[in-house]
Amino acid sequence: MLASILASGLAAGAIYALVGVTYNTMFSTSRVMSFTAGQLAMLGGVFGSMFMLKLGMPIWAGLLLTLLGCALIGVITEFVAVRPVLKSLDQHLYVLSTLALALMIQQVAAIKWGTEPQPFPRLIGLGSGVWDEKFWLPVLACALTILSLEYLYRRTLVGRAFLAIAEDNFAARALGLPERNLRVASYALAGVVGGIAGFSGGELLLAFFANGALLNFYGFVPVALGGLGNNRGAIIGGLALGLFQQAANFLVGGIFSSVAVFTLFIVVLLAAPQGLFGAATARRV
Amino acid sequence: MTAISATPPRSETGALRAALPHIAPFLGILALAMILPFVSNDYWALIGTRAAIYWVLVSGLNLIVGFAGHLAIGYVALLTLGAYTTSVLVAGNVLPPVPVFAALPIAGCVGAVFGVIVGLPALRLRTFYFAMSTLGFATIVTQIALAWQSVTGGGIGIVGPEFPAPFNTAWGYYYLCIGFAAFTTWMSANVAHSRFGRALIAVRDAEVAAEATGISKPRMLIAIFLFAGALAAIAGGLFASLQTYITPDAFTFDLSILFFIAILIGGRGSILGPMLGTIILTILPEIAAPLAAWSTFLYAVLLLVIVLAMPGGIAALLDFRNRRPLAANRAIVPRPAALGDVLRKSAGGRTLKLRGVSLSFGNVRAIDGLDLDVAPGQIHGLIGPNGSGKTTTLNVISGYYAAKAGTMSLGDDELPPGMPALRAYKGIARTFQTPRVIGEASVLQNVMIGGTIEGQATFVEALLALPRNARDERMLAAKARALLGVVGLEMLADVRADRLQHSELRFIEIARALMLEPDFLLLDEPAAGLSSDEIERLAQLIKAISKRGAGVLLVEHHADLIFDICDQVTVLNLGRTLAAGTPEEIRVHKEVVSAYLGA
Repeated sequence: MLASILASGLAAGAIYALVGVTYNTMFSTSRVMSFTAGQLAMLGGVFGSMFMLKLGMPIWAGLLLTLLGCALIGVITEFVAVRPVLKSLDQHLYVLSTLALALMIQQVAAIKWGTEPQPFPRLIGLGSGVWDEKFWLPVLACALTILSLEYLYRRTLVGRAFLAIAEDNFAARALGLPERNLRVASYALAGVVGGIAGFSGGELLLAFFANGALLNFYGFVPVALGGLGNNRGAIIGGLALGLFQQAANFLVGGIFSSVAVFTLFIVVLLAAPQGLFGAATARRV
Repeated sequence: MTAISATPPRSETGALRAALPHIAPFLGILALAMILPFVSNDYWALIGTRAAIYWVLVSGLNLIVGFAGHLAIGYVALLTLGAYTTSVLVAGNVLPPVPVFAALPIAGCVGAVFGVIVGLPALRLRTFYFAMSTLGFATIVTQIALAWQSVTGGGIGIVGPEFPAPFNTAWGYYYLCIGFAAFTTWMSANVAHSRFGRALIAVRDAEVAAEATGISKPRMLIAIFLFAGALAAIAGGLFASLQTYITPDAFTFDLSILFFIAILIGGRGSILGPMLGTIILTILPEIAAPLAAWSTFLYAVLLLVIVLAMPGGIAALLDFRNRRPLAANRAIVPRPAALGDVLRKSAGGRTLKLRGVSLSFGNVRAIDGLDLDVAPGQIHGLIGPNGSGKTTTLNVISGYYAAKAGTMSLGDDELPPGMPALRAYKGIARTFQTPRVIGEASVLQNVMIGGTIEGQATFVEALLALPRNARDERMLAAKARALLGVVGLEMLADVRADRLQHSELRFIEIARALMLEPDFLLLDEPAAGLSSDEIERLAQLIKAISKRGAGVLLVEHHADLIFDICDQVTVLNLGRTLAAGTPEEIRVHKEVVSAYLGA
């Protein structure tokens, strides 16, 4: 049983962590938490199943088109739901605008794709039992994504520009960085990360429109645990959440695992509002 | 004060006449609802009942979303909770069966408790976190309803409660729900128009100022979470009976979105707007049947349009009064002489003492061992170059920063470091460098905020509009009007504060601070942005305030004003006292002249 808990826990945790990274990627350049993060992961599964099972494309084409589609949705998020409300960030209108867009995405998926969970193709066909690919693929995808992101942020000029904007928007603009374009790019990147989460977790979560709302919550918990904008915190938080949830799932049953996760969320928020790895708040007066 | 309290009978009919335009639309909607049975069929009874039940929930939720500004998007969870609690209690499959009119209040209590649990994150974190916690709660409640088969019947469901005659017919039940809706409208309007409703808006739009007036955010929020949770659960019980049979499928997230969007379409801080929003959103899918499947998409588009194009919602469209232009060349003419009618003479006699107070931000020592005495009845000026620690000193006194070292005392009382919400109770009021007023509230309401802690009535008394609450309201309104007269803004009392000029906002802040009848008034650059005439009038006003016995601590850059009205002046430089003494001594102090005043 321990093996099952570990396998399914790490797999689910990796998906949650990737959704958390999606939140963070959008947040870093715009200071906006977007409800579309979970929907992007949902679309990763739906697009993948659509391209490969419905349209019969090979894996590489399916993956490429899925990521492209998700990146496009990310860019649309920036244009429709984020850019118009950035001027009045303190009014938190982004909560509403991104929620509206997320609902539209979910509703279109429900009507055009169907409200029943649909199968996701086996990608490689490797492994069985606890070593089944549906368990290790998300973990592998998560590791690869993090390594690529680290490379991007540490070694490339574009990545450093992202960091500069995340650190201090005004100073970055004063330096002449194309803040608006970089923001659009970061939303495309967030789309790709979300797409990877959904695609790699497709065999585990299936292509199901309601995954969006679920992943919105379970993907946000690691962000809340780890602190806003902190990718390392999101990964640790995501994996811990996955293991905790699956352990509760196996030991005390399904309903109580969701109750346990919710309780954990509330307790952590009350005890450490800035997250376990987050920074202190800014001056108020 | 005497002039105002002398004619209560006339002011009462006057109040009724003033309130009539506000009440008329509600009476109109109620009248329409009452005649609906005579002009339509049972199908519309169902729609009407549904709208009424939704409104029972929304009227409570509106206080959270529309007034307190917390984005609760998952309130269907509390509807579900109430529906199952009522059904299970009436069906008696766990405990002995309970009559439905007893089950409803029990469900209300359960809902109130869970309303607070879901709301807990809102006490410390705003917006997205709270939205997420309600969303998470909505997800798990449905899962529990599905999985806990022995109680909820799982996916098969459970029979909804049945109401006894005469409420067991379509129209009988309709009238019952309309009755509930009317009652909850009345209660939520009572809260909205009491000091609690104003305090909620203050916490939403000017949280820092709200703390300075002594408003306790947690207590305020918990009260409305209890109330909204109870209403949502009672709505759930009514909903279950309307459905006659409930399964987890009946409580889709779309419902949550309907509740939430109805409020936003209606407009923040309004009751009529969200009510119209609820009615429109309930009817919309019915009259456009082909769109029914797309209803959530439609709601989402509406939400996006509202957010991007008209953030004020229906309420802003209906707000004709605030479209009338204001006089362009109006002047603020304070009447300091009237101050004596409003404020009792401060009996305080206590001195505000700071001893060795220090505070650093990182490596910067903002204040470095500061001693300061502000005597009652005196105007104490605090001047110094930018970054010398003037505003930081005010913030330490009013508790926004906790000093790392040193003590503060008020007479014999120690002032605890931090805890800004306790300062108002100690008789300390303040204004801010950038005025912090509530743009969406009227000038009068902004000033009334200042007296929030003077109210005697409890939340329940306000909810039921008991006499003590009415007395509070009359007292606060009369005092606020009188103070607006003192600062010279009584003509603008009913205007939305965001339509005013900067200088007028400064005087509103002073009036708001005076509502407390403070022993000490801390003014942070009150003359910034004022014309020379206005500064002259401000000087007279401040002098009059200190003559009433209050100690005034004045942070200012206008040296003329300081030397004109202050009894004592302290000059700060790099967080330390550079000089202290009477204006005459400071004016000729060598170091001060070279460091700050210039030759």
